[in-house]
Amino acid sequence: MDRKQCCVKLSVQPSRGLMDEKFIVLVQNVWPGFQLTVHALHQCEDGHSWEAFGHYTADATGTVNVSEDPSLGGTYSGVEPMGLLWSLRPVPGSKPGIRMRKMNVQTPMEVTISVYQGHQTEGFVDQVSLAGVLVERWYMAPGVHRIPITEGGLTATLFLPPGPGPFPGLLDLWGGTGDLLEYRAALLASHGIASLALDYLTPKISMEAGKLVDNEYFETAYRVLQQHPQVLGSRIAMLGLSFGCSVTLKMAAYSHVLKLRCAVCVNGSHVQPVDGSMTEIMHFFRENVGKVRFSEEKEVIWRNLLLPIPTDPSLKVDVGRLQCPLLLVVGEDDQNWPAYESAMDMKEMMERAGNSHLLTILWYPNAGHLIEPPYTPLVRASTFKPAQSPETMMALWGGETVAHSRAQEDAWRKTLVFLRENLF
Amino acid sequence: MSQAALPILSVFPSRALVDEKFKVLVENLPPGCPVTIHSLHHSEDQDYWEAYGHYISDDRGKVSVSDDLSFGGTYTGKEPMGLLWSMRPVLGSRKGLRLRKMNVCTPMLMDISVYSRHDGFRDQAPLASVLIERWYMAPGVRRIDIRERGVRGTLFIPPGPGPFPGLLDMWGGGGGLLEYRSALLASHGYVSLALEYFSPGQLQTADLEFNYFETAFNIVKDHPQVMPHRVGIFGLSLGSIVTMALAVESRIVRPRCCVCISGNHCFPPGRTLAGITGEVDMNYDKVRVDENNYHIWRDVGLAIMKEPSSKLDMGKINCPILLVNGHDDQNWPTVESAEDIAEMMRAAGKEHLLTRLEYPDTGHLIEPPFSPHFRATNFIVNLTKEKVIMLWGGQTKPHSDAQEDSWRRILTFLQQHLYCSPSPKARL
Repeated sequence: MDRKQCCVKLSVQPSRGLMDEKFIVLVQNVWPGFQLTVHALHQCEDGHSWEAFGHYTADATGTVNVSEDPSLGGTYSGVEPMGLLWSLRPVPGSKPGIRMRKMNVQTPMEVTISVYQGHQTEGFVDQVSLAGVLVERWYMAPGVHRIPITEGGLTATLFLPPGPGPFPGLLDLWGGTGDLLEYRAALLASHGIASLALDYLTPKISMEAGKLVDNEYFETAYRVLQQHPQVLGSRIAMLGLSFGCSVTLKMAAYSHVLKLRCAVCVNGSHVQPVDGSMTEIMHFFRENVGKVRFSEEKEVIWRNLLLPIPTDPSLKVDVGRLQCPLLLVVGEDDQNWPAYESAMDMKEMMERAGNSHLLTILWYPNAGHLIEPPYTPLVRASTFKPAQSPETMMALWGGETVAHSRAQEDAWRKTLVFLRENLF
Repeated sequence: MSQAALPILSVFPSRALVDEKFKVLVENLPPGCPVTIHSLHHSEDQDYWEAYGHYISDDRGKVSVSDDLSFGGTYTGKEPMGLLWSMRPVLGSRKGLRLRKMNVCTPMLMDISVYSRHDGFRDQAPLASVLIERWYMAPGVRRIDIRERGVRGTLFIPPGPGPFPGLLDMWGGGGGLLEYRSALLASHGYVSLALEYFSPGQLQTADLEFNYFETAFNIVKDHPQVMPHRVGIFGLSLGSIVTMALAVESRIVRPRCCVCISGNHCFPPGRTLAGITGEVDMNYDKVRVDENNYHIWRDVGLAIMKEPSSKLDMGKINCPILLVNGHDDQNWPTVESAEDIAEMMRAAGKEHLLTRLEYPDTGHLIEPPFSPHFRATNFIVNLTKEKVIMLWGGQTKPHSDAQEDSWRRILTFLQQHLYCSPSPKARL
């Protein structure tokens, strides 16, 4: 049928949702058996456009329900309620190696969902759709307060949930690029946890003094949280991704100041000179730079830098000392860090030490390094400029789209359950 | 530091349209724990509105407002949306208040909180509290001020390429420009013009030529994103009279369908709209007051209806019409009017065009769902310029049920008549 369809009804519920909430996309009022494409378009803050689409055939009532009907092709296939978000990819002609990250969390991610006639794969921007709606995806729930923190020399942002409190707290650490990334902390606050997003590689004091922070910086961050009138000082967790795990594990195992209720590490490692300062740790990594490999597309694979896992105890955080529950999230296709091998080694160490009852590991085959909150696209490789380094490279993070997206959804849900069990 | 579990309160979705339902869940309570769930809204007029229900957590320490029973408060029983529709001004508020959002570009904000205990729950700080947003405008809906061809109003356009069906939307005797229903209709896919046709209290002197409304209708019809043969009219109270008059008398406009809430057909043919007030004025002595001194106008309507020449000949209507009325309407005999309309249409063989919805214990102000019930509110009488409290009628629970049920049916009616169906029959 190629007659132009009029009066197509398209709805997305909820039209304003949190980033980790599902939605239902419903197309109604088309001819039975009508072939159509449901399309998502998002222009991110840096100006790049991303799109995703699925091919559907309307049922006998002239309806397509993306949550229940299979996509027959497109950027995702099968029954995928959220495929329109997690399969987003840069539009043709985009610069290679871009990554979608929301820097301003006070405004929503806006996605235009449209319906086009027929099963199409390109040229959407040149056509008029049959219907289109705008969907907002928020990192901040209503009433979440965003508070920039500069006391004690910190470069951080605190997100407080709405309500009188007091709330459990969380220190949120990202990885090697540095910068102050707020979105995960904002989302955690939307789930009732007072979260402090901490820039520890490129904070103002480091940039000014020309040297990396030391343990005291993390102790200050912990104290700021602990002493906040709306935070329960005895219920503070730490969450790290990538290099953030290195810090998290070290603090959890050795710090006399940080008394963590629990810790979450996503795709990181315990391998580091345990008595080393941040600078010495970085040096340790750079010493092994000869182990760097390259993919066929010349992307940098860093995972071997820390392999094989050392047997020398001075080169690994002694996780046998941990006294709080630890959740490890492992993407088995992580090409940037040896998350799999590290998790195996940590498990063994804790079994030997007798504290493995504290350990939970979530293994995700074919998931890559950047396991983030759900429904944002897999970044399999992107341009990466490590903090303190002048060069930009194309880093291979790994992961296969469908498996990685499932991992993000599952890991986030289980992380929230883990935090709820231990903090509430 | 206590090791007690922290209660967790969540409302999904936290941002919603005003006609969408939500789920309120409290978890991590001790089992069998009495709690009160409370909603609070600070209105644009600076009044506070609240509602609350008394609950008891189950053996897993959970309270689900959608599934559990409220044992007291401003609502009882299993009422998923009771925290909204049973809202009322807090103790000590001014009298005769009505809650109406004037700025539809921002959401209504509500605090939903959970407190320990039933009696005296307010004595302590809440255990937890969240903020929710309730919107009249979906994302992407555009709002456009209309000041053209002498017409004053606001046009709301849904997101997307269109074209869309259109609606002319009119409120009642209070006057002014109320945008919220049009904003909501646009959120459901209709280009909707909220029309201002007189200022509050100025009905007597307003320039109410029939032509004003025809022009307004055409502004919608002529809009590049509107399907010109799919424009309907939506009215409440006085707006319903105008709606019926346009459908029956106008030689210029042909609405595709009409929705008339709490309306009547008392409009002397050939008279101008300013003449409507003349009928009311002549029968003003029939206004009664109740024991609270609230004005009851329904007898004025009954008197007017006795005169056949005061009524529109509804047998002449040629489009589907939906009448929504409450049996406890104290402002106008709308059900009696609907009976009379049905009779006229039956006699003319037009019965198939009529759909009637009538609700028990429901008053005059039948608004979009989950709005609080307004049984009696402040009103400026156009004739005397007095500020009175007008009795609209209705009992809260049945009235709220009527709002929820009628809105759903109104949207279905509009979809049926204004959005084409794919069947070949619709192509005629």
